[in-house]
Amino acid sequence: MMNFNFNVSELIFILPELFLLSAISFILLFDLFVSEKYKKYSYHLSQLALIITGFLAFNLIGESATIFSGTFVLDNLGSTFKVFVLGFSVIALVYSRQYLIVHELLRNEYFILALMSILGMMVMISGHSLLTLYLGLEIMSLSLYALIATARDRAFAIEAALKYFVLGAIASGLLLYGMSMIYGITGGLDIAQISNFASSSTLESQETLILNFGLVFLVIGVAFKLGAVPFHMWVPDVYQGSPTSVTMFLSTVPKIAAVALLVRLLIDGLGNFQQYWADLFMILAVLSIAVGSLVALTQVNIKRMLAYSTISHVGFVLLGFMTGVLEGYGSAVFYVLAYILMSLAAFGSIIALNRNGFEADQVSDFKGLSKHSPWFALIMLVVMLSMAGVPPFIGFYSKLFILQQVISEGYVILAVVAVIFAVISAYYYLQVIKTMYFDESDKEIIVSAPIDLKVVLSLNGILILIIGLMPSFWMNLSVSLF
Amino acid sequence: MDSLLSILIWLPIFGAGAVLLIGNNRSQLARWVSAGISILVFLLSINLFFDFDSNTSSMQFVEKMSWISQFNIFYHLGIDGISMPLIILTTFSTILVIIAGWEVIKNRVADYMAAFLMMEGIIIGVFSAMDSMLYYVFWEASLIPMLLIIGVWGGQNRVYASIKFFLYTFLGSVFMLVSLIYMYNLGGSFAISDMHSLPLTLSQQSWIFWAFFLAFAVKVPMFPVHTWLPDAHVQAPTGGSVILAAIMLKMGGYGFFRFSLPITPDASSYFSFVVIVLSLIAIVYIGFVALVQKDMKKLIAYSSISHMGFVTLGVFALFSIMKMDSNGELISIAGASIESAYLGLEGAMIQMVSHGFISAAMFLVVGVLYDRLHSREISTYGGVVNSMPKFTGFAVLFAMANAGLPGTSGFVGEFMVILGALQANFWYAFLAAMTLIVGAAYTLWMVKRVFWGPIVNPDVKTLSDVNAREFGVLSILAVAVLWMGIYPQPVIEVMHISIANLLEQSLTTKIPAIL
Repeated sequence: MMNFNFNVSELIFILPELFLLSAISFILLFDLFVSEKYKKYSYHLSQLALIITGFLAFNLIGESATIFSGTFVLDNLGSTFKVFVLGFSVIALVYSRQYLIVHELLRNEYFILALMSILGMMVMISGHSLLTLYLGLEIMSLSLYALIATARDRAFAIEAALKYFVLGAIASGLLLYGMSMIYGITGGLDIAQISNFASSSTLESQETLILNFGLVFLVIGVAFKLGAVPFHMWVPDVYQGSPTSVTMFLSTVPKIAAVALLVRLLIDGLGNFQQYWADLFMILAVLSIAVGSLVALTQVNIKRMLAYSTISHVGFVLLGFMTGVLEGYGSAVFYVLAYILMSLAAFGSIIALNRNGFEADQVSDFKGLSKHSPWFALIMLVVMLSMAGVPPFIGFYSKLFILQQVISEGYVILAVVAVIFAVISAYYYLQVIKTMYFDESDKEIIVSAPIDLKVVLSLNGILILIIGLMPSFWMNLSVSLF
Repeated sequence: MDSLLSILIWLPIFGAGAVLLIGNNRSQLARWVSAGISILVFLLSINLFFDFDSNTSSMQFVEKMSWISQFNIFYHLGIDGISMPLIILTTFSTILVIIAGWEVIKNRVADYMAAFLMMEGIIIGVFSAMDSMLYYVFWEASLIPMLLIIGVWGGQNRVYASIKFFLYTFLGSVFMLVSLIYMYNLGGSFAISDMHSLPLTLSQQSWIFWAFFLAFAVKVPMFPVHTWLPDAHVQAPTGGSVILAAIMLKMGGYGFFRFSLPITPDASSYFSFVVIVLSLIAIVYIGFVALVQKDMKKLIAYSSISHMGFVTLGVFALFSIMKMDSNGELISIAGASIESAYLGLEGAMIQMVSHGFISAAMFLVVGVLYDRLHSREISTYGGVVNSMPKFTGFAVLFAMANAGLPGTSGFVGEFMVILGALQANFWYAFLAAMTLIVGAAYTLWMVKRVFWGPIVNPDVKTLSDVNAREFGVLSILAVAVLWMGIYPQPVIEVMHISIANLLEQSLTTKIPAIL
């Protein structure tokens, strides 16, 4: 049925993926055969692999091709997303390592699993057929489940891994069910074929019905991966239970992959049904913003608080996609990138507070930080204000761009609701600032982070301010992807 | 200098960064550097006054470059006669708070000084931004240093006060953000001048008016959204109170001048009665509330609200005085003269500047006492004049100015607004004039209980009179208060043309003609 043409020259387009896969295999073997003394270098090798892969992906920006009989697509959006995934992963691994060392979790499988999940994300980003997308999704998810469980002597981590696995499997099942509907009615797995079918003018009402039916399940699958209400139940528990370094990883880069999944399935594939999924998105978005803002108010565990804050950020992203215009999609991508930058810095700060045998995960662990370590307190202050959407930080502009698109599409009430909840959510961000600046610390806080973490965290914080002052370039970039 | 405004904005902000780098351990250096920067900025800002052309209502010292090109957002600065006095007030007040905090602040000196410098740059940005998004960025950013000033150096209940302050003002301003974006979608521009000429129906104007109103009324603050102010003032350190009262409240008043009136003239006219009533409630009722306060700072905070009521009254009384006839000619309602419309608006401006001086002075006076006995309670004191005669001289002068004694700046603004209001409606003027009685009552009663009478508290005997630094700060303010009271003409001249332009804009309907 499927005519599979293979052309060696096409391999050039998947060079980044090929390189990363080889690097993973190499690091795996390296770890097996070198003596104990050299094992620590697999971290450096992993970083090197990410950076080289990033360069390879960067070089492909501007190329555009659909290869392997239409199952794999290379376009600007894909290449740019990959560069961001790899770049953010480099930052995440720098932060992770410190946490792993402090808590004696440093095993090389950690990096291999992380690289593996990144490979999954890259496949997902470039997936142009239901099968490739699903393949990428599963590579990513399975690695993430295992990543959480690397802290195998922690009950909470095992619970989180199991919870994530079970719920993730259900979500995958729902997604697959939706895909099978779509496949059944369109007769194809290729996104282009689905798109052609969905946009044909001779669509019968029964066909529309089944497409709609499949669409609902696809939306559920995407909403689960993004963590939008009411498919958010896993988010707080998994965020809280996972080792902080994994929480950071989970809450950042996979969101780009999830957005890519959304773009490929709903915008590229079922773009003609935009009005249907936009309605669903509106409900998901409002619920996410509301629940995320309200429930976070009472959290004392900062990881759990950030989990709810993520949920409300996801709501804003969905608002951007809901608008159904290119600028709206661009704003949503800008929002995701801004959110990841902020989230990385937030978790980086938390990790910087961890020290031998001390797990910093309560808001109160930040008590008096501004006195002992004014610079890191300032970074955390910037991150919190940015998340709350206070100018001149990047978080304000990402909200501004979303609101601008929402209002220009005529949903003024929706914008008003969103800003009201933004004010409510400011309260819990302020709590962190209050703890750092206004409370006297009862114990000495030592930020004993190594120099690489300090430098990267500082740059991360400064970027939040700098991009805030000059958001134009990034906004242009985000819009140009569509 | 082509980029004077940019220098005024960024010099203090980068200066604040430098002061932070100096660090809390070298506090003496931090103090001197901050004082140097603030004086330099003030001297530069004086140029705005001397190079200002008061014969035109168009923007001066304009700077414009593209900032966020996708949405036509520009880094666009400029000032007119309305913003210029407020900028100089800002640079002036910042010197005072930095000197006033000299040895009083012992905890984290560099951070304290840096926060005020940053505040200064941001607020100059608010007053000079000509692009509404730039304006909004500065407007919101000004919350951050103030939050920290109240929260870190504040009193017992500082956490509550600082978070209440932040959330209150944040809530007020997000609706302004929504309406700015809404207008951008109608007109395709975030430039304030384009919004001035954007036609809007009455119902559109009404929504925008109330969104703006919420933002500005919280900041002014107007009754009934004033409750954050007493908390913030009482908990803030002296310098924080001074900046809050002298400058931050003016951001609200400025908003009415720059946004509400010219952008939504018809709605402003339509709802002017509501605003006038709220202003009168603030003037009279809050005046009575001030009367019963036991805490000096709270008393002055309530008196601030009451005095700021004159600003909103002066602005919105306009619509009961003048209107525009079908030929585009300004005509008066009920036989009022055109001058009285000017009186209201210019009185409001003078009142803002004068309140900046007087409230700063009053909070500094309380600060001087608080530094010595660590109490703001009126009942702690009594007979202070016996141990602090020089200080009492200043305190009585400022109290008189607060009560609106002729010859002080407090009289000029209130008198102009009352005269203007009299042309609008006798009862507006009558109620507003009540403040001359109530204001005198609460101020003088406080003076009596704190400064005169026998010494009850033995600690008061041991008080030392003002030192050279305090004497200097208070005398500069005394000169300013008297100068504004005796010869306000230069300030009025500077703003006259801009006010005339604003008057015309506010009375020109923006409702598109139905064809």
